[in-house]
Amino acid sequence: MKLYRLLSAGLGALALTLSAQAAGGAKHPHPPKEGWAFAGPLGEFDMASVQRGYQVYREVCSSCHSMKLLSYRNLGEPGGPFYDSEYPNANDNPLVKQFAMEDEILSETPDEYGDYQYRPARPSDAFRSPYPNEQAARAANGGAYPPDLSVITKARGHGADGDGANYVYSLLSGYPGFDELQFGEDADGEPFDYYQFDHGDEKGRLVQPIGQYYNPYMAGDVSAYWDGDPRHTPKGGFLAMGPQLMPGRVEYMDGTEATVEQMATDIAQFLQWAGDPKQIARKSLALPALIYLVILAILLWFSYQRIWRKIGH
Amino acid sequence: MSGHESTYTPNSGFEKWLDSRLPIVRLAHDSFVDFPTPKNLNYWYTFGGILAVCLAIQIITGIVLAMHYTATVDEAFASVERIMRDVPFGWLLRYVHAVGASMFFLAVYVHMFRGLYYGSYKAPREVLWLLGCVIFLLMMATAFLGYMLPWGQMSLHGANVIIGLFGAIPLVGEGIQTWLMGGPSIGNQTLQRFFSLHYLLPFMIAGVVILHIWALHVPGNNNPTGVEVKDVEKDTVPFHPYYTVKDGFAIVLFLIIFAGFVFYAPNVLGHADNYIEANPLVTPAHIVPEWYLLPFYAILRAITFDIGPIQAKLLGVIFMFGSIAVLFALPWLDTSKVKSMRYRPVAKQFFLGFVAAALLLGWCGASNPDDPIIPLGEDKLQVSYTTEAGVDGVAVFEAYDDAAAFRSEKLAEGSTASIAIKKASAFRFIHLAQILTAYYFAYFLIILPYLGLRETPKDEPDAIHKAVLGSAHGAAAVPAE
Ligand code: HEC
Ligand code: HEM
Repeated sequence: MKLYRLLSAGLGALALTLSAQAAGGAKHPHPPKEGWAFAGPLGEFDMASVQRGYQVYREVCSSCHSMKLLSYRNLGEPGGPFYDSEYPNANDNPLVKQFAMEDEILSETPDEYGDYQYRPARPSDAFRSPYPNEQAARAANGGAYPPDLSVITKARGHGADGDGANYVYSLLSGYPGFDELQFGEDADGEPFDYYQFDHGDEKGRLVQPIGQYYNPYMAGDVSAYWDGDPRHTPKGGFLAMGPQLMPGRVEYMDGTEATVEQMATDIAQFLQWAGDPKQIARKSLALPALIYLVILAILLWFSYQRIWRKIGH
Repeated sequence: MSGHESTYTPNSGFEKWLDSRLPIVRLAHDSFVDFPTPKNLNYWYTFGGILAVCLAIQIITGIVLAMHYTATVDEAFASVERIMRDVPFGWLLRYVHAVGASMFFLAVYVHMFRGLYYGSYKAPREVLWLLGCVIFLLMMATAFLGYMLPWGQMSLHGANVIIGLFGAIPLVGEGIQTWLMGGPSIGNQTLQRFFSLHYLLPFMIAGVVILHIWALHVPGNNNPTGVEVKDVEKDTVPFHPYYTVKDGFAIVLFLIIFAGFVFYAPNVLGHADNYIEANPLVTPAHIVPEWYLLPFYAILRAITFDIGPIQAKLLGVIFMFGSIAVLFALPWLDTSKVKSMRYRPVAKQFFLGFVAAALLLGWCGASNPDDPIIPLGEDKLQVSYTTEAGVDGVAVFEAYDDAAAFRSEKLAEGSTASIAIKKASAFRFIHLAQILTAYYFAYFLIILPYLGLRETPKDEPDAIHKAVLGSAHGAAAVPAE
């Protein structure tokens, strides 16, 4: 009967999670007001923003999140944020070398005594990971695992242009304001945090579990913590990552003011590039390919007309 | 066509020499150049050529991908990403291969509906139809195996669900399951055998395609009238250049759509969760197969009841496999002597209903079966309480304030009380899926057998050339200039 159990476990989990989704659901993520420069058939990255996004990653996110699929050299390759035509080989790009050198990594090859030493990274190395393994990452984050961000923009969304970036942007700038958080005490005198909701039918109190943060864009189901009409449970979910972007959290090298919006836009654009560094090359090959195919189609159409002209069909 | 004399004349000395030893050029000439083809084939008939192109594209891109791909659980996910990042034009290869699988299925479904509509499965083309069904099965197997390779969350958990289906088979099920996985659960050994088989099956498909074309060339093409070729001179044109150019045109149109997906929305046909590396310990919120398997998935989930000793789970699996098996029996289920639905006004309506049912089943497969399509009434609130004396009770309210007040009252009395949603009844996806599943089977098992005996068809034309507009005089084929 193990087979039945396996099957029913699969299907049961499916049904359960599906209904959880139906009950909760998350708020629909949206792009920043000015939209995305990279979106659309002719879109191009706003490279200054991607560069700032890398700064946000280095200074904020990289203390918890790895990006294992990226190497420092990628930053200086064509289409990358620090590409410099003077250094066609990204390994020679001084900025890239500088970024790499500032990170210490554990060498993958042993030294002459057979020991593994820490050394400054080289452009060909993968981005330094904050933790040696998942267990360490969980231990440091209250049991939650900060996912690798290399392809996060492809892993959240539906494959439409920019919806992964919309998600990152909305999630990071979408936490309720700190001043909205209220403090209460339960019957036993234990303190707890909650949000008071009062818009339309969404009226009630959402208790925030310890070590968790409410975010309306996070997929999940908050109904167990909702004291109010269960037919109007707030959208969103809890996650173990608190708000990361406070105004002025980084000091941008190019002098841009580091508002929450700005940092969220920049990191989302950087992650959009990182998730698919060849996306602009891909889109720019589209028109030549399509024009070629359309011309071929027109020629074939006329050949077809000509060849068949004496045949009734 | 059988009975059609070969018109190949070897020109050079080498061709003559070869022709008397291995007449392969003659075979190609008779099959793809001078093959007599009905003159009235419409664009629905171009999908055969489109499918051949799809298979070639999958094989070519697949072989190059395999040069860079690593089939181990630790590296597969990263190796697919590395193909897209570091292999020159690797992103193109990978996206063409992934989108190509979807386009392949799109084409095969059109091709099959075409066959259903024009009665191409009827005598003398039963074997041709059966071989087509074999190709379809092999395609589903290949796509399922291939979907495992990028080793994302859907790869793993989708495969788990599908392999679990075999587990529902009594007695041998568990054995089959272990045999497929190569162990008690999906692991490295499973990935490696899937890769090996994913490499093998496309070549088996290619082999069956050759048989399929052979079986086509014995009776010759069917055509939109369903009337067999009677006069090769008047009814047909040579395949080349007439159909090479028409198919060529259609293939390029198809490639334009294909390219649109590859260049502008390569991931829109896939599932985002497959960009999360597979993790056996985390089950994705929403396991759904690729879009091309959704109708069958909907049939699987539509069966929620037991019949006699057969439990719902096994029954669902039987219905799902049955929905494909019934295609194999179709030539002997349809009793009508008339092939084309053009001349079967009643059957045509049922056919259109069948197309709609198949598409709607896809919608059901993608949706949560319990979600309402048409709500019948409003959700209410139900307060359940247990008094200190241990008496249970429920009360139903419309407004939350009333329900909350009642709960407070009960709590103040010392009872336990909680509020839950009392869902209004509704017409749900599961109901729609059940109706559509019934129709799917009825179409093959009841409607087609019965209708063939009862329906009065319209008059078929006597010959293809008479049905063809403007060729009442039956102009013979003119050699192309
Ligand atoms: C203090 C550590 C920490 C920092 C710094 C941090 N995160 Fe997180 N992040 C986490 C943890 C832990 C999770 C997992 C949350 C969970 O699953 O409950 C997470 C989850 C996420 C997720 C996934 C949410 C989902 O849909 O599952 C994204 C996206 C994310 N972080 C982006 C960022 C970005 C961008 C930054 C930098 C601005 C950042 N994080 C900084 C700890 C951190
Ligand atoms: C009938 C033809 C074929 C079909 C329908 C098919 C289908 C698929 C599918 C659906 C995937 C997963 C795509 C993804 O989401 O990434 C895949 C991956 C793959 N296939 Fe095929 N395939 C076919 C032929 C081949 C052939 C002949 C090879 C040669 C070895 C091949 C090699 C691969 C490899 C290496 C991958 C993993 C890379 C990747 O995931 O993109 N395929 N295939």
